[in-house]
Amino acid sequence: MKNLISKKVQEMQPSGIRKFFDLVLGMKEVISLGVGEPDFVTPWSIREAGIYSLEEGFTSYTSNKGLYKLRLGISRYLESRHNLKYSPDEEILITVGVSEAVDLGLRTLINPGDKILIPVPSYVSYGPVAELAGGVPIYIDTKEDNFRLTPKRLKQYLHKKPKAIILNYPTNPTGVCYTKKELSEINKILLKHNIFCITDEVYGDLSYDFEHTPFPTLPGARNNTLYLNGFSKSYAMTGWRVGFACGPKEVIAAMTKIHQYTIMCVAITSQMAAYEALITGRKPVEEMKREYRRRRELIIPGLNKLGLDCIMPEGAFYAFPSVKRTGMKALEFAEGLLKEEKVAVVPGTAFGASYADYLRISYASSYENLKEALIRIERFLTKKGVSNGKKD
Amino acid sequence: MDEILEILEKDCRASTEEIARMLKKKPESVKQAIKKYEKEGVILKYKAVINNELIKDADAEVRALIEVNILPQKDLGFDRIAERIYSFPEVSSCYLISGTYDLLLIVEGKDLHTVARFVAEKLAPLEHVRGTATHFLLKKYKEDGVILKHKEENKRIAISY
Repeated sequence: MKNLISKKVQEMQPSGIRKFFDLVLGMKEVISLGVGEPDFVTPWSIREAGIYSLEEGFTSYTSNKGLYKLRLGISRYLESRHNLKYSPDEEILITVGVSEAVDLGLRTLINPGDKILIPVPSYVSYGPVAELAGGVPIYIDTKEDNFRLTPKRLKQYLHKKPKAIILNYPTNPTGVCYTKKELSEINKILLKHNIFCITDEVYGDLSYDFEHTPFPTLPGARNNTLYLNGFSKSYAMTGWRVGFACGPKEVIAAMTKIHQYTIMCVAITSQMAAYEALITGRKPVEEMKREYRRRRELIIPGLNKLGLDCIMPEGAFYAFPSVKRTGMKALEFAEGLLKEEKVAVVPGTAFGASYADYLRISYASSYENLKEALIRIERFLTKKGVSNGKKD
Repeated sequence: MDEILEILEKDCRASTEEIARMLKKKPESVKQAIKKYEKEGVILKYKAVINNELIKDADAEVRALIEVNILPQKDLGFDRIAERIYSFPEVSSCYLISGTYDLLLIVEGKDLHTVARFVAEKLAPLEHVRGTATHFLLKKYKEDGVILKHKEENKRIAISY
């Protein structure tokens, strides 16, 4: 059997916390702060549009790039909101979530052995997907810089001659956002050293403290950037699987070649619903955003008070606290908390091997749940003889 | 709308401290803002939304929407006659509406007869009332933005990236 599976796939590291995931999924009545998706259901007008499209008989393929009206809608939206101009004909591709777009982007860019910079902690797929495409991921540890990619740190990796970098902000799992000034400095370095930028901005609508700056809006960045976004987080549409990639037409054309052979097109029902999301506008998005921000003001001070040191995330819906002061490792902490208090969180190791002292806590859960979870975490720590994060 | 109002409209039991924490404001300033809203009549009342259908021993209660056609009075328009009508305790809501009818009432009573009697004996005989149409409510699906159905289970899987 071993010879059956390709070497590349054999070499892929299975997620180290798969077992923990199975443990969570096997338990009932858990307060889950382990979820990477909004706790809202898709707004009704969007769901209704999906249902209506089925009633009307929209059950066919669409063009490979996606419904023209959806691409046009995205193009207009980006222009009106960010003054970002992408042609719906040649520079936008509708993908199966941002996940597919990351895969297409990397496969389009990478020649065997090409190096791809990935600041960590990062979303789980970037490294493995880069490897599958024949690339070599080079991880930039941002722990010492409060999980921010600094120009100084970036410069330390230039001698490796990377071909591209994958940015993700607001960041899963830390909630870090970058200001325009920070991004401009990073952009200058990328342009100077000819490093292409893939930017995953799927949480872009969830920036709480300052305006989100899409990377391609920076001076000179547009033709050096593949901008990825989607409907999952903004419109609570994770299960619909609709994302999009915008970039220079040569890159989009190349990605479309792979997409047409592997995926063909995104499910038409999902595309119709996504179009409605653009029409329905931003009201539900703004409501959700305010709700997340309120929860953030509860959970972050709450965790810090318990001694789980945590930076204030500026976006997304994640906190990334350290469990170092408890004397426990993340997996031990997460397993104990799950078994004893029925609260699920994700051990930091999922997002980078060197994050065994961290947890990702998602606050995409109701305010009541978060309050209860904080009480349970405190009780758990007390039982373990840990108070205020210091072992007695 | 002020976020304080938005929060209270969803959960009027949210405490001042909690609202202050959510909005990163001082509890004192939240308290003052709420007081001001109360004084100005922006906040009129704090109440629970109750699903009567689930209360087994509740006195059976019927509600009716009643459309009322009225003859406006000189100088006073509809207001004077509306006041005479909405002052009846049986009338729980009263709106002036456009269209075929002038007033829309929500009337509550312990049974059909009580409501019918109210219409026949109190409402219809009023001098300026020209006609009424009574619609009894059969089932309540949604009220004040709340869907009256058991909360659905969360369909998300408990853990994901």
